[in-house]
Amino acid sequence: MLKYVLKRLLLMIPILLGVIFIVFTIMNFTPGTPGRTILGMSATQEQVDQLNHELGYDRPFFERFVRYCGDLLQGDLGSSYRTRQPFVTELAGRLPTTLRVGGIAFVISSVLGILLGVLAAAKQYSFIDTFSSVTAILFASVPAFFLGMVLIYVFGLTLGWFPTFGLADWKGYVLPVVSLSLATLVSVQRLTRTTMLEAVRCDFVRTAKAKGCTKGRIIWKHAFKNAVLPVITVLGINAGTVFGGAVVVESVYQLPGMGTYILTAIRSKDIPVVMSSTIVLSLFFCLAMILVDILYAAVDPRIRERMTR
Amino acid sequence: MNQTEERKLNRRAMRREHAADTWRLYRKNKAAMLGLVILTVFVLVAVFADLIVPYADALQQSAANRLKPPSAGHPFGTDKFGRDVFARIVHGSRRSLSLGIGTTLISVIIGGIVGAACGYFGKLFDSIVMRLCDVLTSVPAILFALAVVAALGANMVNLIIAITVISVPSYIRIVRSVVLSIADRDYIHAARLCGRSDAGILFGHVLPNAMGPIIVQASMNVASMMLTAASLSFVGMGVQAPVPEWGAMLNEARDFMMNQPYLLAFPGLAIVLCALSLNLVGDGLRDALDPRMKN
Repeated sequence: MLKYVLKRLLLMIPILLGVIFIVFTIMNFTPGTPGRTILGMSATQEQVDQLNHELGYDRPFFERFVRYCGDLLQGDLGSSYRTRQPFVTELAGRLPTTLRVGGIAFVISSVLGILLGVLAAAKQYSFIDTFSSVTAILFASVPAFFLGMVLIYVFGLTLGWFPTFGLADWKGYVLPVVSLSLATLVSVQRLTRTTMLEAVRCDFVRTAKAKGCTKGRIIWKHAFKNAVLPVITVLGINAGTVFGGAVVVESVYQLPGMGTYILTAIRSKDIPVVMSSTIVLSLFFCLAMILVDILYAAVDPRIRERMTR
Repeated sequence: MNQTEERKLNRRAMRREHAADTWRLYRKNKAAMLGLVILTVFVLVAVFADLIVPYADALQQSAANRLKPPSAGHPFGTDKFGRDVFARIVHGSRRSLSLGIGTTLISVIIGGIVGAACGYFGKLFDSIVMRLCDVLTSVPAILFALAVVAALGANMVNLIIAITVISVPSYIRIVRSVVLSIADRDYIHAARLCGRSDAGILFGHVLPNAMGPIIVQASMNVASMMLTAASLSFVGMGVQAPVPEWGAMLNEARDFMMNQPYLLAFPGLAIVLCALSLNLVGDGLRDALDPRMKN
């Protein structure tokens, strides 16, 4: 098992290198130079050249790429072109916000999604099943930014229950978390329902029924354990999309998190910030995927057997 | 009539029958039919947008008509530049639909060809493409699309490129897995013994087998592609002003939500209805094409 995890961790290195190279190349193609972006249109060409030279932007592409990777290996994630602050300092200010909002949204959407999915499958064709199917397809069609704006309008501006921006106290978290979690919640719910419906039709469930198991035990102990594997995969993917969705939701609620940070960085061609943020987010995503595989093994003894071999 | 022609006719008849079967199953699904009706309306609006209201109306600014609530002259009101919101939504449907459907079609074609080649030729080509897919799917999709748009410049074509890039890997994987699962079947060997070329086998035998899973994946994906495109326009990295686009319209509505909520409601409802119809049609198609998935 440990060997397997180590192997997966090592496999992350070429993937992350690929990510770094592709994003570095893409950012290199963005029009303009950082010097011009920082100093604005009023600056003279000499000033811009001077700044580009200071930032090392006048070096050839591959030299910059190799230098960047070298710095990375030494744990140096670079400094922002725009604020001149080290990336790590800015990350420390930004990441907790995104992790808190995204983390809460992830937990809520996963737990509620699975519970509602199991419930809908256990009571197929009941009111709760139909109701959750209808709301599921409806919320899958509402983009997070529109949902966020509607929530602001209804609960922020009209009713005044929650603040419309910022995270001053717990109330500030409510609307962003809801906007971020609803779409993933319904996707988890739909998938759980489908896989559960497949599981409860299996022979071992009939056997369990025949030997007199209680309904709750059949659902959770027999059916759910077999239905949960595809759900775990989607949870892993969701862990990534929650951070992707942060770009939009943080922009709606004007939260000082990674999403708004990356957006500003992309707009102002702040290459070190875009690069390092992408690396941090991709790292999260890859780790989530490895965690998914470990969870697979924890849930399913058959897979555990294959891994330890 | 010689044998080849007869075979061709038979095959055509079988295909027609399959399509008729699918349609029969689809028609029974009320939600899917509702989705199809709404989607048809959106497609008609997009195709005949110029007949419904001239494009000039969507761009015509008027200082005297700023932020007017809905009225007979402007059924959806006017925005902060005095432009007619109804005209902008009608013409915005072209962007959203072509972004959703267009990018899906492009992704299916690219993903289909590359995925089939991966599965069929295997070896080095396969490894390179699969590692590339791993890399592409290791970055949060919207972030990657943002970077692509930033690099190429924010406009409609580059938005299509960005969204295609993030959706292609899933099609490559699906087609590849189908190809791998049928590569060793007897009829493939038979076709090869008959002397058909690699390309002939790919397009004649392999791809038709992969069509079902591709259509299912594509129909489930159209709506989310459309929503991603709208999200990018919303954060200002997509379709640029003054071109009418629903996501960008919502972004412009942010400052006027309190007093002009209709600026929020109409583009938002357009996005939701359009995505909903695409999702309903997608669900219906999946159930009709793959009855095993239905419970």
